[in-house]
Amino acid sequence: MRNKKEKWLAFLLVSPSILAVAVFVYGFIGWTTRVSFTAWKGMIPDYTFVKLQNYIDLFTNNLRFQIDIRNTLIFTVIFVFGTLLLGLITALLLDQGLKGEGLFRNLFIFPMAISYIVTGVVWRWLMNPAQGSRLSGLNLLFHTLHLDFLNSLYTATPEWGMAFIAIPAIWQLSGYTMAMYLAGLRAIPDELREAARVDGATEFEIFRYIVFPLLRPVTLSAMIILGHMSLKTFDLVIAVAGKQLPLDMPSINMWQTTFDAHLYGSGAAISILLLISTAVLIIPYLFFSLRKEGQQ
Amino acid sequence: MPKKLYVVFAVVLVVAMTLAACAKTPVATQAPAATEAAATQAPAATEAPAATQAPAAKQQLEVFSWWTGGGEAAGLEAMIAIWNKQNPDIEFVNAAVAGGAGSNAKAVLATRLAAGDPPDSFQGHAGQEMIGTYVAAGQLEPLDDLYKANGWYDVFPATLIPLISKDGHPYSVPVNIHRANVLWYNPKVLAKYNVTAPTDFASWLTALAALKTAGMEAPLALGENWTEVQLWETVLIADAGADMYTKLWNGEADWNDAKVLKSIEDYNKLMEYVNSDYATLSWQDASKLVADGDAAFNVMGDWADGYFSGKVDGGNLGLTPETDYAWMPVPGTQGVYDFLSDSFNLPVGAKNRDAAIKWLTLCGSKEGQDAFNPVKGSIPARNDADKSLYGVYLQSAMADWSKDTVVGSLWHGVVANDTWKNQIATDFGAFILDKDAAKFQASMVASCAQFGPCKK
Repeated sequence: MRNKKEKWLAFLLVSPSILAVAVFVYGFIGWTTRVSFTAWKGMIPDYTFVKLQNYIDLFTNNLRFQIDIRNTLIFTVIFVFGTLLLGLITALLLDQGLKGEGLFRNLFIFPMAISYIVTGVVWRWLMNPAQGSRLSGLNLLFHTLHLDFLNSLYTATPEWGMAFIAIPAIWQLSGYTMAMYLAGLRAIPDELREAARVDGATEFEIFRYIVFPLLRPVTLSAMIILGHMSLKTFDLVIAVAGKQLPLDMPSINMWQTTFDAHLYGSGAAISILLLISTAVLIIPYLFFSLRKEGQQ
Repeated sequence: MPKKLYVVFAVVLVVAMTLAACAKTPVATQAPAATEAAATQAPAATEAPAATQAPAAKQQLEVFSWWTGGGEAAGLEAMIAIWNKQNPDIEFVNAAVAGGAGSNAKAVLATRLAAGDPPDSFQGHAGQEMIGTYVAAGQLEPLDDLYKANGWYDVFPATLIPLISKDGHPYSVPVNIHRANVLWYNPKVLAKYNVTAPTDFASWLTALAALKTAGMEAPLALGENWTEVQLWETVLIADAGADMYTKLWNGEADWNDAKVLKSIEDYNKLMEYVNSDYATLSWQDASKLVADGDAAFNVMGDWADGYFSGKVDGGNLGLTPETDYAWMPVPGTQGVYDFLSDSFNLPVGAKNRDAAIKWLTLCGSKEGQDAFNPVKGSIPARNDADKSLYGVYLQSAMADWSKDTVVGSLWHGVVANDTWKNQIATDFGAFILDKDAAKFQASMVASCAQFGPCKK
């Protein structure tokens, strides 16, 4: 009796947030999906059903969307692997039990506290592509250190400018992966390493055959979290490079198509595709981790 | 016992929230205006005391804009001062929304228009940006009567009227006029390299080549994407001529014309002389290259004059016109005024229509325009304004405005609707990458058919 009453109360208490999520998240996902199947452009809603036309147009004759896909792939690959690698290296270094570990740990995590916009603006100054007499930022530093071969056009590099936008993102989030890896390393029992040492394994072999495989779940979680962040990137790109076609991302395209060009149907299609691409990453992960929790 | 109290409290809370959620719906549809304005803008606080006093229900005028800073906000304040003198019984509600060159304001405006709650008048770029978006949706009233009653057909240039009209009806009142086809140059740099100012497009290319040979890395300063499109639009005017340029945009001329291709190829020639970091520079950065002598030329709208000559403590450069910097129309576009304009309009269903008409009358009047423009750094649309109020550059612009052929700017929303313009910007971005002139011309033909007035 009492239990039943508490259940009822619990439901009552969470119902407002369930309602809000239902309307403002799932309701609007549904509505956006509906708009993405319509011919709506301009200020007046037009719900003429055009089937998958908006999606077909994006994939067949939309040069900008193809650039978006390419840029997203470049950014994601460099950002995710760069962040994982740098995070793993710093975590391994910190795990050696050096003095002042807490200080370094905080130092590496600190960039995470900064917003993407600030990171973007600072790195925009650092990665100033000006040449000749107007050298500044990193290029000026390289010049004064007589390292002129490192001089770069950064985001203005033809074809590969997008790769440089991953650098500030790596800088910002490698501290986060470091924290995850460090927790993973600490969870590995010393007995395992000692047993390996007794068997005559070198330190590298211990890392390669014992530590690294045991860190796999951490790597997977980090990959998924970083991956979905990179798909949604908007503010960092805007802050570093503004809105320009060579450095376009699906999220920027969605904003401009919808609110600057008033092509609401097409803009909705881009946002649904973004949602699907993120969901492909997140849902299996949530599914497995929830099932694991259920088993425990 | 405390647990019971907690339960009671929780139930009360839930009930209260439910009630609030239900009660909010009608309020939200009636008055998003008040809440939005109050949230984003301090001056809108004037609304609150008015609402509480309100026994005599004072009449209001709500004017919507994105003029929240700099010379624009100061110019608007100057006009509000005149308004308050002329109409002490009608309260001016300044519903300005800050941020993002108007993109925030436009999003708020779209919501209000969709909810059937338009402001009494709102700001927008004159021309297709307003016509293609709001007139096409039937959200604005034509202003023929107002134009006739105030004699605006006589004081605004005759070539301006068709550019701000649809089917012969004007839909907005231009408050200010800016010019996009201005070539800014550094006379000291030209003197140093012994190069004379160009007179036509060919001599401009010669001058650029001479400066480059003499050792200048980038004689032509260029900035981010939109400044590139704006540069091309002025080259198109130079190569096609004013008449054909206007016809291209209204569908009477063919984008396949050889002159269009020539303008794209000429643009490619200019790109040989620009700074390598152009994609990352704002227009101010590019203007500053000219001011610092790192570049000799820059094509920018005439708001650059305010940046060159404005006070240093206001973030400007504090230069002396005609010694530190000088100007001319973009070579090949002499006698053509590539204009853009901020204008106000009359939304269908404005709650205070009479007051809105008074406001528009003020916007088009000599008094209103001479109050706004000297502060904003632009010229009046009227050709009978008081020249003594304006600076050196603006006086020369006013002289040109009264005699030049007026054409509309592409980038600044006069000749192409938002959808078409966005497509052109994308195609132009692709052209910047591959420099393929014929391909860009083909995409102009295609986008005019898809989003513009060209026949399919």
